[in-house]
Amino acid sequence: MKSKDDLKWQVISNTVLALFSLAALLPFILLVVASFTDENWALANGYSFFPGKWSTQAYSYILQNFSMVGRGYLNTLLVTGIGTFGSILLTSLFAYALANDKLPGVRILNFLCIFTMLFTGGQVASYYVWSNVFHVRDTYMALILPNLMMNAFNVILVKNYYKTSIPASLLEAAKVDGASEFGIFLKIVLPLSIPINATIGLMTGLAYWNDWVNGLYFLTARKGAGLFTIQLILNQISDSISFLQNASGSATAGIKFPAATARMSIAVAGIIPVLIIYPFLQKYFVKGITVGAVKE
Amino acid sequence: MGKEKTLQNKRTNKFRQFLPFYLMALPGAVYLICNNYLPMFGIVLAFKKLDITKGIFGSPWCGLSNFEFLFKTKSTIQIIRNTILYNLVFMLLGTVLAVMMAIFLNEIRSRKLSKLYQSLILIPFLMSWVIASYLAYAFLAQDVGLINKTIIAAAGGKAVNWYMEKKYWPYILTFCYIWKNIGYMMIIYYSSIVGLSQDYFEAASIDGATKWQQIRSITLPLIRPTIITMLILSLGRIVTSDFGLFYQIPKNSGALYSVTQTLDVYVYNALMKNSDFSMSSAASVFQSIVGFAFVLITNAVVTKYSKENALF
Repeated sequence: MKSKDDLKWQVISNTVLALFSLAALLPFILLVVASFTDENWALANGYSFFPGKWSTQAYSYILQNFSMVGRGYLNTLLVTGIGTFGSILLTSLFAYALANDKLPGVRILNFLCIFTMLFTGGQVASYYVWSNVFHVRDTYMALILPNLMMNAFNVILVKNYYKTSIPASLLEAAKVDGASEFGIFLKIVLPLSIPINATIGLMTGLAYWNDWVNGLYFLTARKGAGLFTIQLILNQISDSISFLQNASGSATAGIKFPAATARMSIAVAGIIPVLIIYPFLQKYFVKGITVGAVKE
Repeated sequence: MGKEKTLQNKRTNKFRQFLPFYLMALPGAVYLICNNYLPMFGIVLAFKKLDITKGIFGSPWCGLSNFEFLFKTKSTIQIIRNTILYNLVFMLLGTVLAVMMAIFLNEIRSRKLSKLYQSLILIPFLMSWVIASYLAYAFLAQDVGLINKTIIAAAGGKAVNWYMEKKYWPYILTFCYIWKNIGYMMIIYYSSIVGLSQDYFEAASIDGATKWQQIRSITLPLIRPTIITMLILSLGRIVTSDFGLFYQIPKNSGALYSVTQTLDVYVYNALMKNSDFSMSSAASVFQSIVGFAFVLITNAVVTKYSKENALF
């Protein structure tokens, strides 16, 4: 009786989860297959899991005009790298000051931090400040600075990590030995907080890699197109496929442009890097999700 | 005199002792001021008739007239309704499905399979909404989409112009939201279930309780705090919508606005497409003030009923 109940649950659980896994995966398979479909076949029969005619036409077209996608990758890497590094630096330093209970004014700093989680000026005011006070429009700063660089939530996570995982006696001992506060931070605190920095760094990096909203607000296709990341190129193509056509220039003017499949191949270019690193970092992603949700 | 000097020394010592900490906090504090606090002052924009050449402070005040205009527009109520209703549906459906899947995941014996399911179901969460919109397009495109060309064609039906037909969109958007976020939510509940003590379950199964009985009277009550915390967090954000979902998936198609436009999409369109500072800032300020109120109210309610779940 009992094992029958057990078996029933194994079957149901596996079936449901397998179905959801399949649903998560199928759209990506369709995207990849579509990008390898012959353009004319796709136009006649639509995107399909089982195309009648395969082709690498879309990819050879993109490789011929690699400057656009290459530039997109370069911009994405630059923005993700600088943004994530800056974010970890700002967050871990700020959190270290907040973790010091004896610091005069630490309550004010704490409030300054937490209040940003409760109240915001809204998107319009934020847009106004970044574009009219700091003039980030059509610069790399537009992709790096607004909204993504530091948030109160991560500051609190790092602060709690310092308080629970770095023994105060260690810091005291270093101070007795005559180490400066910056020395202590660099030589003791940072090395000991690699796990939490890796976790929030991964989530921040993903946010930068996937961001297109800052570009949508602060970059114009006319002046800022050179700064477009992969996501922004995709967003622009989604708006008008002609962006892809124009960007590829006159070198290939004679060849018919494979609009239906080329857009899919660029989307594949956008997902491949994430899919490649994902298996190696899977457990850190899971940690990044749960670290914030578990209340201590 | 000597006493005074030591006091002064003490003060400079104290300053020297803490100066490094202030220097460490400085970059972060400057960032918060620029990114979060300056925009809070920008709220006055909503009460001004903005003249770009004169800037915020040079522009004349106009009282509440921006808000009057906003609420006189018929579509405003629709937009607020969309924002709130979608959020409620996402909260309810998302929670039920995620808890259910977390329970199923916990039943999986094989560790390898359990890992595999988790990994696969989480993949959509790692992608941007731009990518998601390409995936949706592959299914929904009128001329080359899989649904029109393969499924409907095989069934002998008539092709649907998906990006123009309003009636399907509440379902499409809900599906996309669940598809992208279910892995994330499932993992949060799963980690909460895994953290429960096994003693309860062992005792229950010795007493002959079935799996279903164990889930109903042990698992669900014990993960209730997590469910409540998650619901409160989303309730506090009930007037904020996921801009990417509502902007990218319908490809900002005007024909669908009455069922797809939420406050964030409206603010974007009014500000960037129509350069309408007064309407967009009024909508944006409405969003931040009502959002603030919701955060305070939900937190007050929670503090009253279960203090340990309160956010602050």
